[in-house]
Amino acid sequence: MSILVIAEHDNSELKPATLNTVTAAKALGGEIHLLVAGEGCGAVAEAAAKIDGVAKILVADAPEYAHRLAENVAALLVGLADGYGHILAPHTTSGKNILPRAAALLDVQQVSDITGVISEDTFERPIYAGNGIATVQATDAKKLITVRGTAFDAAADSGGSATVEQVAATGDSGMSRFVRAETSQSERPELTSAKIIISGGRGMQSGENFAMLERIADKLGAAVGASRAAVDAGFVPNDYQVGQTGKIVAPDLYIAVGLSGAIQHLAGMKDSKVIVAINKDEEAPIFQVADYGIVGDLFEVVPQLEAELDKQG
Amino acid sequence: MKILVAVKRVIDPNVKVRVKTDGTGVETANVKMAMNPFDEIAVEEAIRIREAGSAEEIVAVSIGAPQVQETIRTALAMGADRGIHVASDEDIQPLAAAKLLKAVIEKEQPGLVILGKQAIDDDSGQTGQMLAGLLGWSQATFASKIVLGDGEAEITREVDGGLETIAVKLPVVVTTDLRLNEPRYASLPNIMKAKKKPIDQMAPADLGVDVTPRLKLLKVVEPPKRQAGIKVDSAAELVDKLKNEAKVI
Repeated sequence: MSILVIAEHDNSELKPATLNTVTAAKALGGEIHLLVAGEGCGAVAEAAAKIDGVAKILVADAPEYAHRLAENVAALLVGLADGYGHILAPHTTSGKNILPRAAALLDVQQVSDITGVISEDTFERPIYAGNGIATVQATDAKKLITVRGTAFDAAADSGGSATVEQVAATGDSGMSRFVRAETSQSERPELTSAKIIISGGRGMQSGENFAMLERIADKLGAAVGASRAAVDAGFVPNDYQVGQTGKIVAPDLYIAVGLSGAIQHLAGMKDSKVIVAINKDEEAPIFQVADYGIVGDLFEVVPQLEAELDKQG
Repeated sequence: MKILVAVKRVIDPNVKVRVKTDGTGVETANVKMAMNPFDEIAVEEAIRIREAGSAEEIVAVSIGAPQVQETIRTALAMGADRGIHVASDEDIQPLAAAKLLKAVIEKEQPGLVILGKQAIDDDSGQTGQMLAGLLGWSQATFASKIVLGDGEAEITREVDGGLETIAVKLPVVVTTDLRLNEPRYASLPNIMKAKKKPIDQMAPADLGVDVTPRLKLLKVVEPPKRQAGIKVDSAAELVDKLKNEAKVI
């Protein structure tokens, strides 16, 4: 049976999470099709067709998919599901919003946030904020799965030559409509695909102080993240949050500044390759997972770090 | 309007969860339990909507073993008016939970249903969306703001790129995110009062729902441990290590 992967995009650009999900699909074995549901999303379909290992792109281009409202996209998925044994989506807020609705309509118990493929029906997934890794076997005939991007390498976004096929739109449910988006504008990389991340916690004391981290981020080509405490305190917007219920990241380098390292935060970043902690509390749990730690006042250490980066180039 | 909130009993978020040595799950014996934090936010939001005069009654539903009545009592102590306990000793997976809630909702006819966006035990994050799908209702997940209007609600959602606001037809299923509100603590008098509030009991069979698990849990293991590293004395040493030892910058 073929595998359908739902592409993550914003109508103009294919998002990297799609590529990791394609790699998970490859591990299942079977022909891979990619669904691009959007409005005016031709450029995304074109980019998708180049992904290595994808055989066919299904394009559903209609106003009702412009903002990927769950009611409309789930209805589309239900109509397409017949031909597929597996339907995969990235475990992003979009994937998390849409796929369970489709799963319920198909009477399938979804498997969320997989980090490993054991066989076509058996998967690994973290539970309890990653304090346990469960192996689960899905007994429904069809498998609906969301995929943790950091657990799978990105498929190559070139070299493929998938065919592109238009699919009929299923109409607007009339139940919900998009009103507005307030997106954080940033030239920095996205948190979930950044190679380096510098995150701040409650110890930053204010939103203004995050400028210190931003300067370092810009020197390193890094993204800026935050703990829940820093978001709750209003220092930075919600989309900065790394953790069990925020974004899951696994960059090559994660620099945690003024951040104690609650279990819920560790759940979102402990698979990073190298972790650096800067904290004045020697007992902070973040030091238990850090490869390199500096015990000290961040308001002294961070400017020194910035100066050293300049000096050592 | 009536509001229905679904609440789940989970291991207290401050407890360090331990995997059982036989690999069958995590240790729950003699472990402190609590209401799922996202469900506390759901209960709080329902109470605030009632306090604002937009709802008359709040019904708190929980599914599971007899002990989940404690979780319902917590919701009642916060301010919910009555409880419904769907009693089952089975491992209730999200699809089964959604089917049970759907059956309860068909009896209760609420205009608004609020759930947590995920339970912090199995982190599936499915039940609200499944419920909305089964009911054929609109859904608004990861809500950080709810503004009720006439036959419609405007809901702001926490999404990967920032915030997104959608307008949804009522009735709607809403799932809560962290910034929706800060849940209150139940006062002692309210805890006492909650003991007198009614909790109806029913079984999945009464609701005509088959709750047989569809996912087989084969094993649970501990995640690979990270070794604690070293402390360095200066930013200069750190940059040197990152450049020349770890080779990540």
